[in-house]
Amino acid sequence: MVRGFFYALNLMAAELNEKAQILDQAGIQRAVTRIAHEIVERNKGTNDLVLIGLRSRGVDLARRIAQELKIIDGADIPVGTLDVTLYRDDLGRVGLQPVVRKTDIPFPINERRVVLVDDVLYTGRTIRAALDSLIDLGRPRLIQLAVLVDRGHRELPIRADYVGKNVPTSRQEQVQVLLTEEDGVDGVLIVKG
Amino acid sequence: MGLARKDLLRMQDLTADEIRLILDTAESMKQVAGRDIKKVPALRGKTLINLFYEASTRTRTSFEIAGKWLSADVINVSTSSSSVAKGESLKDTGLTLQAMHPDIVVLRHPASGAAEFLAKQLAASVINAGDGAHEHPSQALLDLFTIREKKGRLEGLKAAIVGDIAHSRVARSNIHGMRKVGMEVRVAGPRTMLPCFIDRLGVEVFTDLERAIADVDIIMMLRLQLERQQAGLFPSLREYSRLFGLTLPRLKGAKSDVLIMHPGPINRGVEIAPEVADGPYSLILNQVENGVAVRMALLYLLAGAPQAG
Repeated sequence: MVRGFFYALNLMAAELNEKAQILDQAGIQRAVTRIAHEIVERNKGTNDLVLIGLRSRGVDLARRIAQELKIIDGADIPVGTLDVTLYRDDLGRVGLQPVVRKTDIPFPINERRVVLVDDVLYTGRTIRAALDSLIDLGRPRLIQLAVLVDRGHRELPIRADYVGKNVPTSRQEQVQVLLTEEDGVDGVLIVKG
Repeated sequence: MGLARKDLLRMQDLTADEIRLILDTAESMKQVAGRDIKKVPALRGKTLINLFYEASTRTRTSFEIAGKWLSADVINVSTSSSSVAKGESLKDTGLTLQAMHPDIVVLRHPASGAAEFLAKQLAASVINAGDGAHEHPSQALLDLFTIREKKGRLEGLKAAIVGDIAHSRVARSNIHGMRKVGMEVRVAGPRTMLPCFIDRLGVEVFTDLERAIADVDIIMMLRLQLERQQAGLFPSLREYSRLFGLTLPRLKGAKSDVLIMHPGPINRGVEIAPEVADGPYSLILNQVENGVAVRMALLYLLAGAPQAG
């Protein structure tokens, strides 16, 4: 009986932990479609456009946006992968070095319109690293930023051009983006820290 | 996941997982080397000292380039132009350098165990770039990287290491490294150059070159260290070359897709014939190229390591 009590307690704790699902599969799909339309509208077409996703869920989102762009405009938009680990501003500050993975951008970005894609925009530090990294790879005509979720709490003067959903959060909370490609299911959750 | 050690002293210490982490990181680093702007800010503000008590072209240059591409400040100290020439001991040189707060010291020294000795004296990370006849771990790691790049795997491959095994730190580091990642290793050379009990490292021993290379995937020729050969271990260079030199006719007895490696510098016409060294299966220059990527990976991974003191 005591065991049953603790089991129930655990369940309650788990329910409290998982605060809310803020986007389901259909919600993510609608956000991706809308972002694709906004990209076409803002850039007056898809000429010179390339998408660069930040590892790892940003890459999946970039591929999905590219599919939508193909439907809207008929063009195949190249998608690249950016790993910003070597450009992070917290290297060597705490603990072991994070694993460095590959950057894979098999096309020149000089004079192209680059749309950076990430899942969550938070402090803005990852995007700062991505911008520095991109500029070492070439000189794009312009760089825009698309994110699925903007959760606020910026520490740098950075904003997104395309936002799937604005979600006010507290710093104690975590935003989890789940995508079928990585996690087997689509959804965005807010979890209490 | 990371490399949780202050120093890299010997392959013998590394686990298979650590080796894999280093090789995977090196793959990402190699991609940086292919860019127009070959520089990333990962080690900005870190200082790397190359302390070399022996001559070296590729190892020293390779560590220097690796450090610079990662934005570290690199200082080279060679013994002929430093206080070592005035008789300063390794300990005192080390402590002097320590007072200038380097983050990583790369040491090459003629005495086995020198790197371990220095590592105990310094708060900085120490990388062994060759200590006497003991180990040369970054060479073994770049060899493994090159093999994996060409063959797509390491496990189950068979390698023959040929030459002066007794004096070779490259051989020792490679034997440890290859065994850990599941490769089969053979050594071959004149009996005077095979250390006693070498079979205890888990290798097969051959004294006949042709039999040793018959069915292996990799042939690794070692440099005949002419500067260490006053002891009369073989009657003449010509005889050594005739019995243990890798020539085209000899290579006919090996697998058709065998890979030829050599840590360099090569003695053309002694341990390896020019047409083999420059031939299609020779990876000698790939090894040099990959050396930079592997050393970038080592510097990056050790820079986040827990510092002593």
